[in-house]
Amino acid sequence: MQGSLVGVQGNIQRRQFWSAVFAIAGLLVLLVAIIVLLALILQLAIQGVPRLSWAFLTSFPSSNAEQAGILSALVGTGLVMLVTAFAAIPVGIASGIYLEEYARKNWIASLIEINVTNLAGVPSIVYGLLAMGLFKYAFQLGESVLTAGLTLALLILPVVIVTTREALRSVPSGLREAAYALGASKWQMVWDHILPYASGSILTGIIIGLSRAIGETAPLITIGALTFISFLPPSPFKSDFPFLSFDWLRSPFTVMPIQMFNWVSRPEPEFQLNAAAAGVILVALTLLMNGLAIYLRYRFRKGVKW
Amino acid sequence: MVEEASQLNRLDPATLQPKVEVRNLSFYYGDAKVLKNVDLVIPERRVTALIGPSGCGKTTLLRCFNRLHDLYPGNRYEGEIVLDSAVNILDSQVDPIEVRMRIGMVFQRPNPFPKSIYENVSYGLRVQGERSRSVIDAKVEHALKNAALWDEVKDRLKDSAYELSGGQQQRLCIARALATDPELILFDEPTSALDPIATASIEELMSSLKQQVTILIVTHSMQQAARLSDYTAFMYLGELVEFNQTLTLFNHPANQQTEDYVKGRFG
Repeated sequence: MQGSLVGVQGNIQRRQFWSAVFAIAGLLVLLVAIIVLLALILQLAIQGVPRLSWAFLTSFPSSNAEQAGILSALVGTGLVMLVTAFAAIPVGIASGIYLEEYARKNWIASLIEINVTNLAGVPSIVYGLLAMGLFKYAFQLGESVLTAGLTLALLILPVVIVTTREALRSVPSGLREAAYALGASKWQMVWDHILPYASGSILTGIIIGLSRAIGETAPLITIGALTFISFLPPSPFKSDFPFLSFDWLRSPFTVMPIQMFNWVSRPEPEFQLNAAAAGVILVALTLLMNGLAIYLRYRFRKGVKW
Repeated sequence: MVEEASQLNRLDPATLQPKVEVRNLSFYYGDAKVLKNVDLVIPERRVTALIGPSGCGKTTLLRCFNRLHDLYPGNRYEGEIVLDSAVNILDSQVDPIEVRMRIGMVFQRPNPFPKSIYENVSYGLRVQGERSRSVIDAKVEHALKNAALWDEVKDRLKDSAYELSGGQQQRLCIARALATDPELILFDEPTSALDPIATASIEELMSSLKQQVTILIVTHSMQQAARLSDYTAFMYLGELVEFNQTLTLFNHPANQQTEDYVKGRFG
């Protein structure tokens, strides 16, 4: 009896040993990843933060490194993101709703589903080539904010569609059936119930998509974004009726990552500092967007539990 | 025995209006025939119970009455379900939305919407296009009173329905179904997720509701069927084995399978 108990203990110890081995190996790998990431961000911050100032945010680029700023890049990024959001959000959510709730589940639907998922993994430069042919030449939209926004919208569309579908799918079928059983039409069921309950997750997907778009460089260089711009696009507001102007859509532009790329490629070390400072702003923007996504998910989740 | 005789007399099918007639109904999930040539009459303003062992098709039958099977691909009906001797609700010309506006349903698990108590009860009216605030207010109050929930929630109609207990949530779902004045309400094992006290209050509520609405209830509990219902249908393997007044079916079953089931020899 005693002997067999000792035998069991040995068996358990052997299995516990391998469990501990994996825990330690996993922790080490995780630490390597985190330390590398932290070191990169820290290096960026040490280089860039001293260069940050109000003047840096409100000055145009200049051939003099000390006077150069990111005003045109910051405004350009903001406007391009605006176009991206306005194009990608309605199209992406509507496609997600259609594929998940309306489309018949047949082989065409499966084909579209596989392709949408694959599109999320296509290199961004390929989107740039597509946009150059389609928006810039075929539609004659030029090297403009509009072209850039639509290009990035294409890029993040698969992410928005996939997250919308997943969010809709996670709403329990009991709630759908409850709405239908009260005589709701399919659209009433979607609009009154499924969409509001899924909106937290959908918003998270949108923000993650936008924070991918904000750092994209390659497709915008492909469509011909400028690297040195010392003027702002025309203001979207004007004093006379109808008070809104869309001339800024056709304006040339630059964005933050392109401005960084431009500075990094200059030989003078002062410009490297500028690049680091712009990088700090860009990282901060991305973190801010991801923080917002987490907060929104938390807010929407609090009222909805099942 | 005298009491039983008078009750039988009161429930004499000849004196009752049929609310729904099921005629030779078969139902298929894909190629699987899960309901086999069911014939059944649901009397008006009475409680009719569907009993039978798990997998006998009682819930499948119930969900034919508001065409909930239409929501999923590959389902097919054969036969007729005739409402008020006038319209076959399985007819492809009939819009399932219209059917569901006239026939309400209460589900196995309480499934209130994650919205306020008021929005839950008023939703059926809103989908039908009712816009008048005073009409909706009055109907919400009436439905909550009918569902014996008004006194508990009248001061917090704006609170989330998820703050209610399980039994209260199920009564809220009953109020939600009642608000649109349905002619028939389908109950799919409405107390199986509830504790005994909540179950008793739901059963009491159903007994009081049959004054105004026809009730069809699926239950796994023979005691519940015996307590609540005026008529009982026993189903087995997708077939309707026996249908009769509840007292007769439990005390003098005509069929051997029914007798074995109600005596607890299988289940």
